[in-house]
Amino acid sequence: MIWKIFLFLLLAFVSVAGIAFPIVENPTRWYEFPLIPGLEENAKIIFFHVPTAWLTVVAFLMSTIFSFKYLRKKNLDDDVKSYAAAQLGMVFCILATVTGAVWAKFAWGSFWSWDPRQTSIFALLLIYGAWFALRSSIESEEKRATLSAVYSMIAFITVPFFIFIMPRIMSGLHPGSADDTNAGPVVNFKMNGNMLLIFFLSLIGFTILYFWIWQVGYKSILLREKLNKKLIRG
Amino acid sequence: MTSYSVEALGLNKSFGRRLIFNDLQFKFDKAGVYGVSGPNGSGKSTLVKIIAGIIGASKGKIVHKLNDKEIVAEKLHNHIGFVSPYLVLYEEFSVYENFNFFAEIRGVKFNKDRIDYLLEKFLLFKRKDELLKTYSSGMKQRVKFIFGLMHSPNLLILDEPTSNLDDEGKNSIFELVQEEGQNSIVLIASNEKSDLELCSDIIYLEKYK
Amino acid sequence: MNSKAYSLFLKDFKSELRTRYAINALAMFIIVAISVILFSVGNEKISPSLTGGLFWVVIFFTAMSGLSRAFVSEEERGTALTLQLIAAPSTVFSGKLIFNIILVFAMNTIIAILYSAMFEAFIIKNFALFLTSFVFGNIGLAVSSTIIAAIIAKAGAKGTLYPVLSFPILLPLILTSVQLTLFAFDGISFERAKFELAIVVSYDVIMLTASYMLFDFIWKE
Repeated sequence: MIWKIFLFLLLAFVSVAGIAFPIVENPTRWYEFPLIPGLEENAKIIFFHVPTAWLTVVAFLMSTIFSFKYLRKKNLDDDVKSYAAAQLGMVFCILATVTGAVWAKFAWGSFWSWDPRQTSIFALLLIYGAWFALRSSIESEEKRATLSAVYSMIAFITVPFFIFIMPRIMSGLHPGSADDTNAGPVVNFKMNGNMLLIFFLSLIGFTILYFWIWQVGYKSILLREKLNKKLIRG
Repeated sequence: MTSYSVEALGLNKSFGRRLIFNDLQFKFDKAGVYGVSGPNGSGKSTLVKIIAGIIGASKGKIVHKLNDKEIVAEKLHNHIGFVSPYLVLYEEFSVYENFNFFAEIRGVKFNKDRIDYLLEKFLLFKRKDELLKTYSSGMKQRVKFIFGLMHSPNLLILDEPTSNLDDEGKNSIFELVQEEGQNSIVLIASNEKSDLELCSDIIYLEKYK
Repeated sequence: MNSKAYSLFLKDFKSELRTRYAINALAMFIIVAISVILFSVGNEKISPSLTGGLFWVVIFFTAMSGLSRAFVSEEERGTALTLQLIAAPSTVFSGKLIFNIILVFAMNTIIAILYSAMFEAFIIKNFALFLTSFVFGNIGLAVSSTIIAAIIAKAGAKGTLYPVLSFPILLPLILTSVQLTLFAFDGISFERAKFELAIVVSYDVIMLTASYMLFDFIWKE
């Protein structure tokens, strides 16, 4: 219980700090953020956009790991864990795409411009969507688990192509892609100390939140199945 | 004379969370006719499919050995003959063409003599070049038996072999089974008393729930 | 193993010759798809980059039309069991892959010929580059389409699910291949296209390896 309160306080602090702290040219007080040329006020979205993008990848990774476990041991509990992770992953993917598009509108002028990273997150959304569509078309539990596990693994190996290769070879508007000399505020450490702190706190807070919801998610599915079995048995 | 054995160790199968059978053990290592019986839905077809390597077990395993050397899953198909009502062959080809393809895909030489012998035995020789889709269901059933026998398997699995057959058909199957049982292991999955009477040893699936 | 897979391919090929289920429909599909684009575009001049993109659009949808048949026809007729009883999984996948590779090459050659006839911006300056990317792109397309076909053959809603599952997997290949096609139009040298070619080749190798490893899980229930 205590850690849940702690988590709540952490995320509340991060949200308030992320939104309310002013951005000034030369930060002197502890609650002021530096001005990053090119981003200015928009920079604040970094506290929310990057964690959601990070978590959608983490969720995808976890979903694939449990899929792999399922293929080895054929334990249906692993399939449930994989499913719970994917559900969250899908939610975070939608959030990342939307927050990304909002940021894009303010920073680059339009919501969508097929920049490589935007394309990649959209591709991830398509993969999640396809995965859920595949699952809903299969009746048998075992087959559903096996086929969606195989698809997870196939999708997983195409991910390196998106994440690493595409942004390098194609020019893009994203901070950190091939022709952006800025190399991004995180990499360049243009963020000063307390901005970095809020950023990492946000990352940690959201990650803990994710793991918590995932646990609740898969345990509730397992419970529901147990109850169903009891009902069938009579 | 080669010796073939098939053994089940701690075999368990569930579909999703529904248990079919648990902790099944058996071993057949001598030529003969054996049976698997149980009421409808007890898992007879499931068990023989697991033995044939078509579906996997949930726990435990099946070990096939030829002359005491274990046979890997990828090579199993040429040692096993499988006949069942739900088996379907390629209707756009003739019997001969079907068997030609099967031999090539199996990677064995097309044994014309053996195929001709079997076609004669099942009274299909005259129609060997006609397309399978022109055959009656009884004739197709006979073709399936040839399919199961053409490569002289060490283990012959028959799932409901006498279903949809008249008495004369049944008798010729009984003859065939006893003949094959002299040299190879024949496993029959069935509910029919007349089928099970041929078996020297029977696995009763209800015991393994 | 190769001759067994080849024999499986021959069986599919002869079956197709005899029944002609797929070939007729596919040929018409290609004509219809290209016609739709031509009618929609009308008299507008379309740029080379748009032409290159549309080229791969037709290739993708034609592939989605024809490549699932390899597995779906076996499942629907009930002969998947027969194949399981006579061949190892790797043989089955190899045989179906050979069939799909040949089908992809045939379809895409026709599409390329029609495009160069019908679209004025379809002019290839570096033909060697086009051919190389054509060959490796086709192989990648066939491999991915075959393994996804194996998956959907065992699921429901096969027809609509096939493009949905295939597109994300094919996306890296399509993006890079479009890029390479445009390079070939512009006459860019092999040297400068090295990176993209490497991507396509590594895609082919990786997907091929993964497919063989994962096919066993799909095939045996």
